[in-house]
Amino acid sequence: MKKVLIVCGNGLGSSFIVEMNVKKILAELGKTAEVSHTDLTTARSETADLILSAQDIADRLADHSAQVFGLSNLLDNARIKAILAEHL
Amino acid sequence: MLANWLTAGNIQLTERVDDWQDAVRQAAAPLLAQQAIAPDYLQAIFHSHAQLGPYYVLAPGLAMPHARPEEGALKNGLSLLRINQGVSFNSAENDPVYVVIMLCAVSGEEHLNMIGELADLFSDESRLQQLLSATTLAAIQAAISQPSVEKTP
Repeated sequence: MKKVLIVCGNGLGSSFIVEMNVKKILAELGKTAEVSHTDLTTARSETADLILSAQDIADRLADHSAQVFGLSNLLDNARIKAILAEHL
Repeated sequence: MLANWLTAGNIQLTERVDDWQDAVRQAAAPLLAQQAIAPDYLQAIFHSHAQLGPYYVLAPGLAMPHARPEEGALKNGLSLLRINQGVSFNSAENDPVYVVIMLCAVSGEEHLNMIGELADLFSDESRLQQLLSATTLAAIQAAISQPSVEKTP
């Protein structure tokens, strides 16, 4: 199964909120994937197919093997939906 | 219910703040008074901002400063600071910030519910806009209490 990882600075608040939104969006798209959230340090050693994070964090994950998408607006569900529809 | 966390005593309105650090300190005041956070919690927020940038500025006008549970969170809690003139968090696309919601979480099921309700609020465009444009305590309370019309699948 494809894996989507949501990454924020400390893996607690922002990434968790986005994870909930991603799960709703995947259901709307009829896609299934494993979705989890974590902090930046842990994310470096985790494998994933697609990473969503704040832009500041995405810049630090540029060398990750996953496709990394930085979001300036973490609550922009239309953008998240477009990314998931196209790249997952 | 979010309103159980964001009680009148945890919602503050101000005309202006000096800078984003001032906004974070003012947002933290009720949580410090309630011993929901230790002073270390603020230092952790400032430290992660210095290290990683303003990643906790979620969307235009909205910031959610927080640190990890072990960095000084003593209880689960939320506070809200409304800044009428807005303030820069050095978040180019999301400045100025008008609403600062400070989150502290120790762990457990309770904080999952709290964050889940925040997610519902933030992902409902009309409630979010209502919150961001609210300039009175009553209007803020209305925005956070209004049940989400969006159905979860």
